[in-house]
Amino acid sequence: MSLAYAPSPHKSKAENLGAFMRQVVWAAVPGAVALFWAFGWGVVFQVWMCCFTAIATEALVLALRRRPIRPALTDCTALVTGVLLGLALPPYAPWWCAVFGSGFAILFGKQVYGGMGFNPFNPAMLGYVLLLVSFPVQMTIWATPLDLVQRPMGLWDGLSLVWLGETTNHETLVSLHSGIDAWTSASPLDHVKTQLGQGYSLSEALDTPIARGFSGFSWEWVNLAFGLGGLYLCVRKIADWRIPAGMLAALFVLASGFSLTDSDRYTGPIFQLFNGATMLGAFFIATDPVTAATTPRGRWLFGIGIGVLVYVIRTFGGYPDGMAFAVLLMNLAAPTLDYLTIPTAYGHGEEP
Amino acid sequence: MSPAAPTPNLGYGGISRLWTMPGGVHPPEQKDQSNSTPIQSLPLPRRLYIPMDQHAGAPALPVVSAGERVLKGQLIGRDATGRGGNVHASTSGTVQAITEHTLCHPSGLTGTSVILEPDGEECWFAHAGIPDYLAAAPEALLERVREAGIVGLGGAGFPTAAKLAQGNALHTLILNGAECEPYISCDDRLMRERAAEVVEGGRILMRILGVERCLIGVEDNKPEAIEALWTALRASGEERMHLATLPTRYPSGGQKQLIYILTGQEVPSGKRSSTIGVLMHNVMTAAAVYRAVARGEPLVSRIVTVTGAGIGLPGNYEVLLGTPMADLLNASNAHGFHKLIVGGPMMGFTLRDAKTPVTKIANCLLAPTMAELPPPPNAKPCIRCGLCVDACPAKLLPQQLFWFARAGEDHKAVKHHLFDCIECGACAYVCPSDIPLVSYYRVAKDRIRAEREAKRQAEHARRRFEAREARLAREAAEKAERLKRATEARRAELAANPEAQAAIAAALARSQAAEPAAVEPVAAPPEAAADPAAARKAEIAAAIARAKARKTQGAVPAETSDSHKDEPAP
Repeated sequence: MSLAYAPSPHKSKAENLGAFMRQVVWAAVPGAVALFWAFGWGVVFQVWMCCFTAIATEALVLALRRRPIRPALTDCTALVTGVLLGLALPPYAPWWCAVFGSGFAILFGKQVYGGMGFNPFNPAMLGYVLLLVSFPVQMTIWATPLDLVQRPMGLWDGLSLVWLGETTNHETLVSLHSGIDAWTSASPLDHVKTQLGQGYSLSEALDTPIARGFSGFSWEWVNLAFGLGGLYLCVRKIADWRIPAGMLAALFVLASGFSLTDSDRYTGPIFQLFNGATMLGAFFIATDPVTAATTPRGRWLFGIGIGVLVYVIRTFGGYPDGMAFAVLLMNLAAPTLDYLTIPTAYGHGEEP
Repeated sequence: MSPAAPTPNLGYGGISRLWTMPGGVHPPEQKDQSNSTPIQSLPLPRRLYIPMDQHAGAPALPVVSAGERVLKGQLIGRDATGRGGNVHASTSGTVQAITEHTLCHPSGLTGTSVILEPDGEECWFAHAGIPDYLAAAPEALLERVREAGIVGLGGAGFPTAAKLAQGNALHTLILNGAECEPYISCDDRLMRERAAEVVEGGRILMRILGVERCLIGVEDNKPEAIEALWTALRASGEERMHLATLPTRYPSGGQKQLIYILTGQEVPSGKRSSTIGVLMHNVMTAAAVYRAVARGEPLVSRIVTVTGAGIGLPGNYEVLLGTPMADLLNASNAHGFHKLIVGGPMMGFTLRDAKTPVTKIANCLLAPTMAELPPPPNAKPCIRCGLCVDACPAKLLPQQLFWFARAGEDHKAVKHHLFDCIECGACAYVCPSDIPLVSYYRVAKDRIRAEREAKRQAEHARRRFEAREARLAREAAEKAERLKRATEARRAELAANPEAQAAIAAALARSQAAEPAAVEPVAAPPEAAADPAAARKAEIAAAIARAKARKTQGAVPAETSDSHKDEPAP
């Protein structure tokens, strides 16, 4: 009789990597829907282009490396990178931004290090930062929330703007900023930063339609939706709750502290927590396990570090939002955090 | 699945609280496949293969010979080291041979085994128990345990007597009835059906150890066993034993884990539990101790859970040690399994063939179908998700250990406490990338152990070499010192003896007087010195004569030259 040999354990939980990653995509759906509802078809274009480019680049590089393509694609990690970058890009950024950014994310953010699991930096954020420093104009022109314009941009105008660089009326991203169809505008974070820089007080800066609501028109709902999906990830233990908890807590504490000392110069905690990429970053980007710290205490510090950096960059730095930079900087610190926070193993008592 | 427990959660004398085990997992329990029927006995096998190696430590030495008739319970293998276990005939019959046979061991290696053909009479050797065991001398009880060949029946097979005789100051005995591995239910059935034996065994162990507290830990998925133990405890009137119901969570039955859950103490890394005053035995070991002491029966059988979807009649069987697994499979109507696992799905090992006999460590024979426990999918890259960190009961960082083990960075693995890994498999169980983490740790541990052993041997050789060098130097110095002392002593003796001094002075004078005569033939004759040309001629003539003499000498046979040499010097 021939019997199979196998080392223990002989049983494993059914959950696999692909299912894991698909959960991340599903959890991003509420936020994506909120973005679409707020800013229109551009969101769909960006996500689609990023996903397509990410997966195509992954397949191409794997073919060049003579590695099996199918398992790497079915684990859906390239898809996740594409989705996250697509959601982070301005909805009407030109098509080559999405293609260039996501191609770079997969090629230089992931595959040059050896592929999935070996990359030190979050690929999506690496692509985002490359675009931000290379094409600051395209990357900081956001869409105006659809509810704030008299004639919302339609599907054809959107497609034309993204693919041809101008709408059917030959308006470009920049000219749309001020015109009859003010389809693009600064994001609330950007607007407030510019106004404060020009010497206005915070209340004056916030007195604009796009900063209405408790945290910027439409942005509050986008962030709430991402937060909801993020909570699902935490409950399912796909994302570690310590990272978003640490990050949001740090952001809250810093924003509260500064706003209490001078409420006319510093935005409050609610504005910070529900604006820009806060929730997307906290739950979907900072929690990328490959590039985050892995020890329990290390994850707290990792999250707190991102929260602090986000606040510092938003408030004192040159960019309106700091999520991508904060995540990349903390990615750099993750191995050290892991080393410094080795938990005390069973039987090692109180000794260091 | 468990009905509301009729017993209080903690208790009988009371344990103040339970501690929560860090990590752990909760795989499907699968115990109801096998735990609903009473313990059954098997028909007597045609042949028993009783290995001398059924325990941790050196194998026993056979004390019977082929053709000999043995009685049930008769000693057939003696433990010569005091740290192993005796082996007894599982039934009466004839020794067919003493030969190599497959061991019940992960390696699948063979070992010396006594092949016994049962005569069907089940005729016991003469034995008697110690009736008043709770008043007997602890030494006598310990000796009984040693003679009976009892080893840890939870699966580790550590010799019980050696464990009991460790000699540390103890305060608590723990009986492990957690049985946290999925599928296994032999301890469950034992506690349900023979709770009194477990309790009495525990009392005997307490007497041997001289401890005043015994805790019994049982997972809360075994309400019937808890009820039975509760009843037995009340009936015994024993007030020093306390029953604790644990939350069902794998691996709460691990020794270190159960000690922590019940006492809140951690066994220091690399030490035995006795260093913190705690000793743990499996409930089945306690029952075996009771039978050995109270009835005088050595360990000749054990309860084995036979289960898995490949088993037609799953259940628990009282199996004679040495029974081939194939007999168990036949009796339980097995079909369609794709592997055989001894132990549970988390820590058990696979068997190469079904001829392997049941031994003292075989708590469960699991025969799963392909659909039930499929082979793991190919491993994918680690994404450092950290689920393994949450699952590790030893509070390690399995994902970091994996990177170090794979990269051969052994010193880092050791720094991350690789050797505190108990190989429970919880990390591999939860891994979404299907990485066989435990295998990586085993390989790394073996590599480090081999390296340490090589280093130890090299160090040993170096020490030996250095010691030898030092010894030789010391001996040389001592010899020189002795010589010096002897010379000095002789000088002193001479100085104190005028007669000897006079004799030396006389001898010196004589030799000085004789010196010119002795030198004369070597010195050139005075007339030759007067005439340089004649002297030169004489020299040449002498040289020619010497050369001639050498030639003739070279021609003579070696013997002659030898005999020449042997001539006494003038």
